[in-house]
Amino acid sequence: MGVINDADAEATIGNPHCGDVMKMYIKVAKRPLSQKLKVKSKKLDKQTENEEYIKDIKFQTLGCGAAIASSSIATELVKGKSLTEALKLTSDEIARRMGKLPPVKYHCSILAEEGIKKVIENYENRRDKNQ
Amino acid sequence: MKRIYLDNAATTPVKPEVFEAMKPYFSRDFGNASSIHSDGQQARAAVEQARHEIVEVLNCKDSEVVFTSGGSESDNLAIRGIVESAVGTRRLALGGWQKNPQTADQLPHVITSAFEHHAVLKTVQMLEKSGEIKATYVKPDKEGLIAAEDVKAAIRENTVLVSIMYVNNEIGTIQSIREIGKMLEKLNSARSEASTGRRIYFHCDAIQAAEYLNLDTKYLHVDLMTLSAHKIFGPKGIGLLFMKSGVKITPQITGGEQEWRLRSGTENVAGIVGFAKAMEIIQNAKCKIRNYNSKTEKLRDKLIDGILDRIPKSRLNGSRERRSPANVNVSFFGAEGESILINLDLAGISASSGSACTSGALEPSHVLEAIGVKPEWSHGSVRFSLSPETKEKEIDYLLEELPKIIEKLRKMSPIK
Repeated sequence: MGVINDADAEATIGNPHCGDVMKMYIKVAKRPLSQKLKVKSKKLDKQTENEEYIKDIKFQTLGCGAAIASSSIATELVKGKSLTEALKLTSDEIARRMGKLPPVKYHCSILAEEGIKKVIENYENRRDKNQ
Repeated sequence: MKRIYLDNAATTPVKPEVFEAMKPYFSRDFGNASSIHSDGQQARAAVEQARHEIVEVLNCKDSEVVFTSGGSESDNLAIRGIVESAVGTRRLALGGWQKNPQTADQLPHVITSAFEHHAVLKTVQMLEKSGEIKATYVKPDKEGLIAAEDVKAAIRENTVLVSIMYVNNEIGTIQSIREIGKMLEKLNSARSEASTGRRIYFHCDAIQAAEYLNLDTKYLHVDLMTLSAHKIFGPKGIGLLFMKSGVKITPQITGGEQEWRLRSGTENVAGIVGFAKAMEIIQNAKCKIRNYNSKTEKLRDKLIDGILDRIPKSRLNGSRERRSPANVNVSFFGAEGESILINLDLAGISASSGSACTSGALEPSHVLEAIGVKPEWSHGSVRFSLSPETKEKEIDYLLEELPKIIEKLRKMSPIK
């Protein structure tokens, strides 16, 4: 929970009309491809030997307990993961990690998934523009 | 640590004296009040004595009180019963039963308020949706008050029922029931003299008023009135519908024809006895204490002032002057109601959120919406409901904890 002041990207989803608003902040860094992925991408050239990963991620949430917990779990799940891996996070996974989420609160885990996707998308758009 | 209960509008604990009064009617005096034998007669006597105690408060006849399973059933009986009875009358007038005897403008018309309790609102909406009635939902003003003129303006030739609550369950505003009742009475006598239009019945859901306000049905000029025991330190599962003699109503639960043939089902003897005892305790206290409401009112005002003083970007929902002594409904910008409740609960305080999530629904409160509170504010609303048992130190503790909770949640929020 909190703010990253020099974040590489941020994203806000939801709106106060519906009662839930989440804001995500990420710091992205590069590291050598993990061993497993290296095997897969053997044929690729040297440039792709590095992958981008989520070095730090923080959130702020206006919402119910389930919304706050969903954001917290989602950020924990993707921290340290490559962007490609982080994009694979699903709302089901978030809900599963929280234990039993009642049906009326499913939208909270969906919102958290969207938050992660959106902040990565914002980062990639910004990066591509700068290139 | 002892928990602090500030959700008395949801339910109240059964008072020990009430529980004591009920106890014999479970295992010892267990008879069915409809039985001929002495076990049954004992139960009958208990039911009728309880009824007699209650009618003294309502200033009505014994035959005008029908016991039900609670507030929702009473509201349903009043609305559906009046509508069905009106349809029956119309059918007869048209010369016997026909399949669809009514064109749209002949349908019975019902008036209620936009911020009624769901037991009334959803019942009216359902009858409207299924094409049985036409309905008008009178809007309260920003203060949460219904104007008698607005009710009058909504009346049509086919209006059969007006249903307005006494005290709003979420924001605690007190409606001018007597004024509306008198207005309708005047209109009805003009109608009967001119032989035009129908008799308009006036139903009032008085559940949240029972502890503090006048329940004299003659003073209020109501034809039907709903009450429930568990909001006044009585048991759950028992309520009543007052029904003035001559009101034509179709029963909704048929069977053994108990309760003047209006509500079948074996009487809930222990519940009825407990209900009467709870009413009796309030009446006795009101006799002993000159101003029964003032203690609760003082604590309510302390809580309202304390919150508005200590917490920036907070507001009181609903009129401050015409307000139940027990109700405090406040909104906090940038903090969500359910999260506030969870944090209060962790601090040992029980309250409720008039807004989203309470019923599993995610829409903002229909009550706050009706009085024009914006969703950004209504999502952050909390209702504290006091009782005559509430202690000053409990309010002091709440006033210490609440600002910390709001500050913590606002730090988490992306919207300041």
